[in-house]
Amino acid sequence: MESFFSRYKNALVLIAVLVAQLLALAVQVKRPAPGTPDQEGVSLIRYVVVTVITPPERWLHNVGLWVSGVWSGYFDLVHVRREDAQLKAQIEQLRLEQASLAEDARQGQRLDQLLGLKQHYIYATVPAQVIGASGTEQSRTLYIDKGLKDGLAPDMPVLTADGIVGRLRDVFDHKSLVLLVSDPTSGVGVVLETTRTRGILKGGAFGQVEVINVSPDDRIKPGDRILTSGGDQIFPRGLPVGTVERVMPDPDRDPLVDVMVQPAANLSRLEEVLVITDVGEAPSRQAQKDLAESEAQGLEEKKRASDVLAERLPSRLDAKAPADTNPDPKVGETAGAATADEVRLMTPPKPLRPDQYSPETTPEATEMTPGQRRAEVKQGTEDIVAPAKKAVPVSASATGTTGGTGTGVEVKKAGGISGTAPAGGTGTRTTATSMTGTSGTPTLGSRPAGGSTATGGSTTGLTGSVPRPKPAAGTLEGGPANGTSSVSRPAASASASGSGANANGGAPKTKVIVDGPMPAARPAAASRDLNQDAAPANPPAKKKGPELVPDDGSRPPSVEKPVAPKPKPAAQPTGDAGTPPNRGR
Amino acid sequence: MIMALMASTRREADERSLPLALYVLVPVLALGIQSLASLHFPPFAMLDLPLIVVIYFAITRRSPVGATIGGALMGIAQDALTRQPLGVFGICKAVVGYVAGSLGVRIDTENHGMRLLLTFFFVLLHNGIDWVLVNHLLAEPMAWSWMREPIRAGVNALVGVVIFALLDLAKSRD
Repeated sequence: MESFFSRYKNALVLIAVLVAQLLALAVQVKRPAPGTPDQEGVSLIRYVVVTVITPPERWLHNVGLWVSGVWSGYFDLVHVRREDAQLKAQIEQLRLEQASLAEDARQGQRLDQLLGLKQHYIYATVPAQVIGASGTEQSRTLYIDKGLKDGLAPDMPVLTADGIVGRLRDVFDHKSLVLLVSDPTSGVGVVLETTRTRGILKGGAFGQVEVINVSPDDRIKPGDRILTSGGDQIFPRGLPVGTVERVMPDPDRDPLVDVMVQPAANLSRLEEVLVITDVGEAPSRQAQKDLAESEAQGLEEKKRASDVLAERLPSRLDAKAPADTNPDPKVGETAGAATADEVRLMTPPKPLRPDQYSPETTPEATEMTPGQRRAEVKQGTEDIVAPAKKAVPVSASATGTTGGTGTGVEVKKAGGISGTAPAGGTGTRTTATSMTGTSGTPTLGSRPAGGSTATGGSTTGLTGSVPRPKPAAGTLEGGPANGTSSVSRPAASASASGSGANANGGAPKTKVIVDGPMPAARPAAASRDLNQDAAPANPPAKKKGPELVPDDGSRPPSVEKPVAPKPKPAAQPTGDAGTPPNRGR
Repeated sequence: MIMALMASTRREADERSLPLALYVLVPVLALGIQSLASLHFPPFAMLDLPLIVVIYFAITRRSPVGATIGGALMGIAQDALTRQPLGVFGICKAVVGYVAGSLGVRIDTENHGMRLLLTFFFVLLHNGIDWVLVNHLLAEPMAWSWMREPIRAGVNALVGVVIFALLDLAKSRD
């Protein structure tokens, strides 16, 4: 027996060592879940080893830092000034961006508060220096020089200014083991910023970082940002993780894909990291203070930018611009100093003949109500009579059947309205619109300035007429009994067709629907004798009156404009009886 | 050829000793440098300085028991610096230490070519055991590349030969 042990001593020792370690492995692997703290004995061994190994590491690290500091602080100062200028410019740019984002941050916080969303804000961080690594490729871990005595605890997130790094796995008194996101046993809940696709970030066997088991989505493009989703209860939401490098199919799960990630933080060149030691559901005081400062800076920057812009804009006005386009009354005083940077204000000139569409005549939109019309609108239907083929001259334009006395005629093609002026009556012109006479002698009347009476009796046959403004000028005379007064629009020219009963009864009448703004009153200065209107020197612009649309959908009968007044025998009776003579002016 | 590799002279069979402090200082330095260098120079993780130290002590001491225990301790210490359970590298290095110590008795380990071949073989053996343990015992993902592993073994062998020569300077003949 003794010889057996002495003979196989080496092998027995080897077997004993291997069995002991296998048992130790079995005990360690029996942990409830990967990532949970080690057992006490294992932690003790780790603690001893780390305590023995890390002091020389720290010493070497400090020596390296000293050498690096001496080199960079005393010798490598060639590009310091240029870098300083670049950094200052970058700070200005970042301040502007920060100021612009401050408002969005405020709004986001308010919305989160309204919706009851619990946000995790970083309250406190502990900076730490990286003093070592695991030294193997299959274990992506780091050692930092802060531990329990500095307030650290397992599962605290570790990050840099660029992005997340990992989380604390084992924490000793003055050292901690950081499990990098590139380790195969790590897992971080992430979300793709553009597609909002959620996934789990894990490390690969070769140290690559990937989001696994992602549903195929064509919208995932290289370069898309990946953020923490907060679903792992370790990392606060919204921290940068990295960017999409490429998308490749998952060999084990066919329809799913893996998103290869380029980490935002340079995991192979880490020197200082931040450990988040405290998070809360509301912004910290410091964060609120920073936010307020950012907003104040933003306002100041905007004000400064507007001042700069105002200084660059031309300050003098153009003296040559029309007076009504240049509101500055003193512009004439500086006329002599006009230079190339004069500017003409973009004020439209005043209209020669203002109407309802002219500027400054339209009320503010806030003062109007829906459906409100600014001008009186004629609504309803009326019958129009087909006008005569040719207009009758003023002096002898009686078209009535009997003795109508018509004075002046102006038949215009557009907007002709027929009216009926009963014989023997003197009707007010205010109701002359849409007068439809059934009988009477047509009398072509003129509307002299200052008058607006229509001789011819009361009007009849008004269908759905609405009050309309009284014409400023024009007298309709000679309206015989049962006469038909034809008034053309829009020049307020009246064409009274004096006719007897059924004077134009033979002519076809068309019932039209009238709906539209009434034409503006004719200015007094513009009114003239119809006799003299034959060839006006400056005829006013033809305005479109209420559009007459026949019931049958066809266009209303056109009225031919008289080519030239031709003398005709006075009082050509066309009506049946009682046609007053034309009393031309 | 094989016989040429065998220890045939007394000088070669002489047992040489290293200063006692070196048995403590060298492993600690190996672990520290491995940890620090791979932090600032990630490709350095391809090297395995603790394994090279284990091989050197094993073939120098020519004691399989001492090499087994020393390898196990070195491996456990290396495991302690990682996140994996203690014992993975311990098993690997214990086996390598045993084999190296056993061969050191029979082979001329002073020859640089022999050192190169032995180190190349031991690194492959170490990584093979490691891959089996991690993949099949711990069921954790671990990459194995037939292209990468020989390269890795060759690099370690080359570096190992240099380190062996440096450590030989500290030897003292009994």
